[in-house]
Amino acid sequence: MKLTRSRRAILVIGFAAVFPWAGHAESLAIRNCTWCHGVSAHGYSPAPGLAGQRREYIQNQLKNFSEHTRDNPFSRLYMWGATANLSPATAHGLAFYFSTLSPQAANDGNRELEAEGRSIYQLGMPDSNTAACVVCHGPNAEGVGEIPRLGGLAYTYLKRRLEQWGEGYHAAARPPMPRIASKLSANQIEALASYLSFVK
Amino acid sequence: MGLQFVSRAAILAVLFTTAGRAQDAVSRHDLQAKMDYCKTCHGSSGQGFRAYYSIPRLAGQQPEYLTNQLQAFSERRRTNNIMFNVAHVLTPAMQKALVTDFHELNPKPLGGAPKDLVTAGKKIYEEGIPSADIPPCASCHGPDAKGNEQFPRLAGQLHDYIFNKLTNWSKERGQKPGEPDVSAIMEPIAHGLTEPQVKAVAAYVSYLE
Repeated sequence: MKLTRSRRAILVIGFAAVFPWAGHAESLAIRNCTWCHGVSAHGYSPAPGLAGQRREYIQNQLKNFSEHTRDNPFSRLYMWGATANLSPATAHGLAFYFSTLSPQAANDGNRELEAEGRSIYQLGMPDSNTAACVVCHGPNAEGVGEIPRLGGLAYTYLKRRLEQWGEGYHAAARPPMPRIASKLSANQIEALASYLSFVK
Repeated sequence: MGLQFVSRAAILAVLFTTAGRAQDAVSRHDLQAKMDYCKTCHGSSGQGFRAYYSIPRLAGQQPEYLTNQLQAFSERRRTNNIMFNVAHVLTPAMQKALVTDFHELNPKPLGGAPKDLVTAGKKIYEEGIPSADIPPCASCHGPDAKGNEQFPRLAGQLHDYIFNKLTNWSKERGQKPGEPDVSAIMEPIAHGLTEPQVKAVAAYVSYLE
């Protein structure tokens, strides 16, 4: 009887501990992201902003990192390790958390290329069979579902990502991005990355 | 005899040259590149695609309808900046090749519509709504919704795309009253349908193969 009571006491203490610990674990997980992505998750070169990013997109990318299908050098260096022991539940929680934060434009592109970038984004380039980005990513580059927000991400990040499609990284990504981006010229990439860095 | 042979040879030469030109007008490579470009947004088999916008199915669509719409985009009878840009660079030969190729595709419908609306939609599609002066859709679009010449195929079309068109008809179609087209027939019908009726009929046709 005495033993049962003490067992019960241990159980009660145990349960009481689970919930605060769970909260603590979550904030620890967030802290692990914000070391690089910034305390407000607005990005900190080379880590992209996560604030206001689409939940499904973040979740998919965390999966891609942990399965090593997103494979550019910084992914290998930072994100493969960061996601190695991430449970699906934590990934979901993180994705939800960052998707609810307000994004902020990086504003670090070249203003002189903004108009050209806007034209490519909004209208595409029919002569070279390049589809308009707006069709999938939305009029304010806000993204939808699995399709990422691009608006306000850093010029440096966007430029490298756009270049990397043509270099063969992340080849397992869902079409059509590998095909579209690998056809962009260096100037077109700079223009797009510049324009998007200013989109609020 | 000699003269006849020469004139025959000349006719043949002309025929071959013309045939050669017709083939040259759109090379296999250019057509493939343009098809891939269209499929970027319209789906890898032309089955339609849901991204920020709902982009319509082109697979199995009537060539006459597609040609008319491409012209409507470039003449601004149909409002869409992106498709204006896409359409106005197409040569007539490229247009013809594209609409022919899309007509031949036959992927499964993309799906996604609420299935509980299908029965009500079928009734509207086949019988119309006499009390609201809505004719049966089947009378123009065909009993199997495959369309006919300028009347579009609706079978397998994205239900959300159909909803967006029918509830926004006058802002997108027939924008040049001086150049009326077949879309004028749809205007009073689109206005006469209530939103639940549009949803029902869109759900029904979206599942047809």
